[in-house]
Amino acid sequence: MEKIVSYLVGHCEKLQHLPEDFIYLALQVVAGLLVLMLFVAPFAGIISFVERRIAARVMDRVGPNRVGPQGIFQWLADGVKSLLKEDIIPAQADSVLFRLAPYLVFVGMFAAFVVVPFSSGLIVADLNIGIFYLIAVTSIVVVGIMMSGWASNNKYSLLGGMRSAAQIVSYEIPAGLSILAVVILSGSLSIQSIIKAQGAYPWQWFLFQNPLMPIAFISLFIASLAEGNRTPFDIPEAESELVSGYSTEYSGMRFVFFYFEEWANLYLIAAVSTALFLGGWNLPSAVVSWAQTKGDVLLHLLQFLTFFIKAMVMVFIIIQLRWTLPRVRVDQLMALCWKYLTPIGFVVSLGWQLGWLYFLRECLWSVM
Amino acid sequence: MNSYIPLLLLFLFGMILAGAFLALSHLLGPRRKSKDKNASYECGLEPSGNPHDRFSVKFYLVAMLFILFDVEVVFLYPWAVQFKEAIQSGMGSFFFSEMILFMVILFVGLLYVYGRKAIEWE
Repeated sequence: MEKIVSYLVGHCEKLQHLPEDFIYLALQVVAGLLVLMLFVAPFAGIISFVERRIAARVMDRVGPNRVGPQGIFQWLADGVKSLLKEDIIPAQADSVLFRLAPYLVFVGMFAAFVVVPFSSGLIVADLNIGIFYLIAVTSIVVVGIMMSGWASNNKYSLLGGMRSAAQIVSYEIPAGLSILAVVILSGSLSIQSIIKAQGAYPWQWFLFQNPLMPIAFISLFIASLAEGNRTPFDIPEAESELVSGYSTEYSGMRFVFFYFEEWANLYLIAAVSTALFLGGWNLPSAVVSWAQTKGDVLLHLLQFLTFFIKAMVMVFIIIQLRWTLPRVRVDQLMALCWKYLTPIGFVVSLGWQLGWLYFLRECLWSVM
Repeated sequence: MNSYIPLLLLFLFGMILAGAFLALSHLLGPRRKSKDKNASYECGLEPSGNPHDRFSVKFYLVAMLFILFDVEVVFLYPWAVQFKEAIQSGMGSFFFSEMILFMVILFVGLLYVYGRKAIEWE
């Protein structure tokens, strides 16, 4: 970021009169909007197409293949189509809340991407409370979902919204406890420093740092699936019983916002697990020094690719799970969260990994 | 503090962007209202009863449990950030035993929740 600012100031005379803080601020806002327009929106679109094609393969169908070669422009066509659709607000609905809900869902999603890193330098804002901010901001989505469920004044929507809220808030606890295990290891909340505390090779990742970390990883993975309303935890939108739950009454662009949130969330889940457990954008030091001789752009590109490929592997695992597993029942969902994941999270995050080792070692030393 | 101003601005721009998309769709989309189209969806039947009726208390219980346990997780974060340094400065066992105490008290609370069957959804 600093490099870009100094480059801009050096090359544009008009900018030299402005205070550097202002340029920095403006640049961050522009970067945030660019991330949204150039990365999140196309990603959400393309991955929706990819998932439909994978689903079709799993079900022995063909899937969308008409718009463009192999149908890869299907998501653009879908976007334009929903833009041209009528925006219906049911007569019975609470008009203000009904209109407000998609905004909250959209902004909650967008705000989370501010702290998602793309490479060692490419991040909109590397907050010192990074991961904590991410947990907090994604909770805004719950408010939006509950609001939409309530305002629709529809039985399915209300049930879907309530189920979704109960599910998301419940799974926030195991997710928070699993992330805590990582925070203990790294001693920082900033996502970039968490990544820097790991290394390029698998044995340097937090995933294999000690025997309890894979458990933390799996429980974070399950919890984020549930928070993203992904199958096997998609009971809030269960098509066959709740006709897609909280978004039943929505149409046109407002409907797209809910699904945009869901697809973008897919990347968010993958990016968080990549950054926290799978070593993030770390490259072997030989590659880093080689890339630096060729220029910073190549280095950041390689780091981005490393991060992106790891994240995509996670995305494909999540998509595969959706078309493999049946949906769980509400009571099973709650039991899994409160009876299994929360106690497991307690044990994992208690710092057994560190506490156990250091505590025991200190005790042994004091005895000897 | 400085790094939070762009965040607030981004929240604002996110809102504006969402509003712009909605406005565009409002301009481009048709508007043909009818009584049936604006009625609540209920599988094609006439909507019956008020959806905002009494609701299962279990959802409220979950919300309350969430507040309790989530606040506790929030309390754990500052401890977790400091833990590494505490070990290096030789305070590890003190830090650790304090947190064990806190966790045990909370775990008793969790056991109470199990005992009262607050999370049995059958």
